[in-house]
Amino acid sequence: MKLSNDIQVEMYWMMLLSRRLDERAWVLHRQGKIAFHISGIGQEAAQVGAAFALRRGEDWVTPYYRDLALMLCLGYTPRDFLLALSGKQGEPTSGARQMPSHWSMRKANAVSHSAPVATQCPHAAGIGLAIKMRKEDKVVLTTLGEGSTSQGEWYEAVNWAAIHHLPVIFMVENNEYAISVPADKQMAVASSADKACGMGLRGISVDGTDVFSVYRTVAEAVADARAGKGPTLIEARMYRLTPHSSDDDDRTYRSREEVEEAKKKDPLTVGRRILEEAGLLNQAKIDEMEMRAKEMVDDAVKFAEQAPYPDVADAMFPVYAEEVRRG
Amino acid sequence: MAEITMIDAIRQAMDDELARDENVFIVGEDVGKRGGVFRATVGLFDKYGGERVIDSPLAELSIVGVGIGAALYGMRPICEIQFADFIYPAFNQIVSEAAKMCYRSNGEWTVPMVIRAPYGGGIGGGLYHSQSVEALFAHIPGLKVVIPSNPYDAKGLLKSAVRDPNPVIYLEPKKGYRLIRGEVPEGDYTVPIGPAQVTRQGSDLTVYAYGMMHYYTLQAAEKLAGEGVDVEVVDLRTLYPVDRQTVLESVSKTGKALIVHEDNLTGGYGGEIAAIIAEEAFTYLDAPVRRLCGPDVPAVPFSHPLQDWFMPNPDKIAQAMRDLAAY
Repeated sequence: MKLSNDIQVEMYWMMLLSRRLDERAWVLHRQGKIAFHISGIGQEAAQVGAAFALRRGEDWVTPYYRDLALMLCLGYTPRDFLLALSGKQGEPTSGARQMPSHWSMRKANAVSHSAPVATQCPHAAGIGLAIKMRKEDKVVLTTLGEGSTSQGEWYEAVNWAAIHHLPVIFMVENNEYAISVPADKQMAVASSADKACGMGLRGISVDGTDVFSVYRTVAEAVADARAGKGPTLIEARMYRLTPHSSDDDDRTYRSREEVEEAKKKDPLTVGRRILEEAGLLNQAKIDEMEMRAKEMVDDAVKFAEQAPYPDVADAMFPVYAEEVRRG
Repeated sequence: MAEITMIDAIRQAMDDELARDENVFIVGEDVGKRGGVFRATVGLFDKYGGERVIDSPLAELSIVGVGIGAALYGMRPICEIQFADFIYPAFNQIVSEAAKMCYRSNGEWTVPMVIRAPYGGGIGGGLYHSQSVEALFAHIPGLKVVIPSNPYDAKGLLKSAVRDPNPVIYLEPKKGYRLIRGEVPEGDYTVPIGPAQVTRQGSDLTVYAYGMMHYYTLQAAEKLAGEGVDVEVVDLRTLYPVDRQTVLESVSKTGKALIVHEDNLTGGYGGEIAAIIAEEAFTYLDAPVRRLCGPDVPAVPFSHPLQDWFMPNPDKIAQAMRDLAAY
């Protein structure tokens, strides 16, 4: 589970790319160029840490809408994201049918999800059940916000995974808010991980702003799952540094001081400090990364601007599997 | 050829499919050792083991949600909801997830699964063991909705449903489980999802029905034959997608249409058949389209006289036929 120097730097790069892409989406929205954005800013460390603990492309993921960084680690590209933000033709996850950030990537075993929260969790349990039935050496990661742990969908999924010792990792990205509602109005326990004790699985809370802590925690859970030791519930603690979405105004329910305080634990700052102290990162390297990220984001914006809108003749299909055109 | 009951035909279909395809499995409440509360799965646990005939926790949403996950992985789940009345906790998974998966992922993901549920009244089941839920699902693109009315179709349609690449809601008229008998071949055969069937030729009027009401309609039609009224009967079999051609051909011939279902009148499935006829066969009509349905009370009351008041039966259907014939 020891990470090479190159991999550690790559993990920082994925966080940085995700951040710059996400920030650009906010700008494009404020410029009136896109209709909607839902952000993952502040959650990159947990997502990248978890992604790197998987056998990406082999293991399965049922993600949720804040997982831009996770998806980038699975092979999703800035161009893909800009096509989604713009609702343009060729958008790969849904043919621009879904709102942005509703992921799907079959080639990476990342399952399509919806907007009613926690519905992806029973799917993860079912995928885990299928893996177990076929006696395969895979695991499934499902992610969700702490608000989603209020849903019956989630409880039932965790219960299933625990009863049948399924190879599922439930990673709660606890960013302290479900739109405007703080975590202490979602649960009477201090941590989402505490909910595990009544359900018969391990529950671990980890600093979700430290990409390497998250990596180690998820990697252990993955190893347990592969070894047939069943599911783990992981809470990654973090802070949602932006409003819920481009339609939200978080000044109506939390103070600027609170947000500024949380920025001191920005996962990029935390990751950078760790890597600089280890001698793996310096200003020159960061400048190079920033340049590369800007080029990729600029390219994606231009690419999506030039892309046509979908043909309305395609909107009628495919409702049923028989109507799917392959290849 | 052996004459067997509906429930035996349903069990035979599942037995065959479990033997034919190792991806097929059954999940539901009490489906294991007990063999289901209606005994639909009797013997299958002993024959195929607890890994393929799975007793779920008492939680319907995850019966379906876990089934969806397994289907995404490539399995072919048969999910049993013990009574259709208990399907509502799973409504979100069926409507938001299973039905929309193909469309929302532009065909990347499909959900091959069957959701079986006994429906309908007349068995002393009161409000919560008697409901007809077909209209709720026959409104949802992405689902197929099937209701057999006899053992031959029950077996053949269920086999088709298991092999179908889409989510199929397979509703079983529970009052007919042991009441309705018919000849069923032992070997493999299927009845296609989609086509309705003219089950009695006639010239004076057409009655459209399905499930238990189709059984009663045939009895009523016999009675009317003795009175000199020649009734054509159409067994719809697949409610969604509906077989418009068979619906229209029959009414074009007879000029009069009666639709019978035990579900509530308002917003019931009969409204759709009436609309199709009004839109496309108006010039053939010799009388207004009529509906004989359950009354608009929340569900079937328990006490016998109240239940009898609610339920359409052969006498009520015969009277509706007489009235329409006399128009």
